Amino acid sequence: MERFITEDIMSTETEEKELVIKDSEPLLSKRRKKLVTDPLVDDNPITIQVLGICSALAVTTQMQPTLVMALSVIFVIVMSNLTISLLRNTIPTRVRIIVQLAVVATLVTLVNEVLKAFAYDMYKELSVFVGLIITNCIVMGRLEAFALGNKPYDSILDGFGSALGYSWIILTVAFFRELWGSGSLFGIPIFDGISSLFGEDFQLATNGLMVSPVGAFIILGLLIWVQRTKTGYVEH
Amino acid sequence: MELFNLAIRSIFIDNMVFAYFLGMCSFLAVSKKVSTALGLGAAVIFVLTITVPLNWLLNEFILKEGALSFLGASFATIDLTFLRFIMFIAIIAAMVQLVEMVVEKFAPALYGALGIFLPLIAVNCAILGGSLFMAQRDYTLAESAVYGFGSGTGFFLAIVALAAIREKLKYSNVPNGLKGLGITMLITGLMGVAFMSFMGIDL
Repeated sequence: MERFITEDIMSTETEEKELVIKDSEPLLSKRRKKLVTDPLVDDNPITIQVLGICSALAVTTQMQPTLVMALSVIFVIVMSNLTISLLRNTIPTRVRIIVQLAVVATLVTLVNEVLKAFAYDMYKELSVFVGLIITNCIVMGRLEAFALGNKPYDSILDGFGSALGYSWIILTVAFFRELWGSGSLFGIPIFDGISSLFGEDFQLATNGLMVSPVGAFIILGLLIWVQRTKTGYVEH
Repeated sequence: MELFNLAIRSIFIDNMVFAYFLGMCSFLAVSKKVSTALGLGAAVIFVLTITVPLNWLLNEFILKEGALSFLGASFATIDLTFLRFIMFIAIIAAMVQLVEMVVEKFAPALYGALGIFLPLIAVNCAILGGSLFMAQRDYTLAESAVYGFGSGTGFFLAIVALAAIREKLKYSNVPNGLKGLGITMLITGLMGVAFMSFMGIDL
């Protein structure tokens, strides 16, 4: 008799689960894929929405700190989107900015302490710019525009997409700035290698302007030009 | 004299926008008209001049390693520097709110002119950046006040100059893909070259 009851309960449970699964959409449905892929090109946070340029450009003189920065931003955006999305029904709208800032600042502190403990050189090199992720407009923008009104899983995907869109832009800028400015990539000398291939007379000159902030503005400006010409986006 | 040098350096040589890329979001978004750029620039000077010394006090008497020793010997080893980000941003957000209320009460005309820029300033990287640089460079109280004012003025100059250029730019024929953000980035780069000429000055 007992066994019957338990079996009965179990069968209803599985039925319920199946129902729930049928109701929800697949883990990577078209809509969700769009959440990730849209910010990469068509709705890129940097080149189209003009957000998050603040703390990004300063670290793009070399590939390595840029990669660390990109990873930190991915972590902060995804985690803050998740947290705010979980809290979205309990946050009063009047104080939401303070709550968002507190969540983001906590996550950034976490990133900062991890860097300090495990990558001290990188921590020194990035200096205040890790802290400035707090005021990165992309983070706040995603929290305001998406996480406050959507379910956790969707928010994670949305945050991941935006962070990737941001990352590939700053990595591209860093690629050209390090290659032309210092003649290397990830600290590996490229220009020296090329000139040693072709003999001593063949020397590639580096451009000091690329290492200075001016180079970042110009590279990003040109990148925006190329991208917008391709997508046909025109700003009025 | 030292303080004067610091002011000149923070306005021209270590310019917030051209040397550190701070406050770029509002720099690009609010530089379409000179009048609004003036408003935002003034608000940034105002808030930076207040928050940097305020955060200095916070850092010196609460957050620094051993700063709590005035409470007793057992507090001397406490190091709260990891709380810096949260405390600084809280002070900034609170100050912006306070400034907004004071301005609304005593200078309604200015309040109307600044509009939504005041609350937006809480998430302006130039403001937080000013406080973080202050903590990193170990300024004194007087130095941090001057630094706050100087870097605010640097931002003011930059955004007003860019807005003036962009107003003229409306009449020129820019390629489609370069319109808006693209050409603005290139102009900012050229302005950066101009500001680089101050770099050689040894103060």
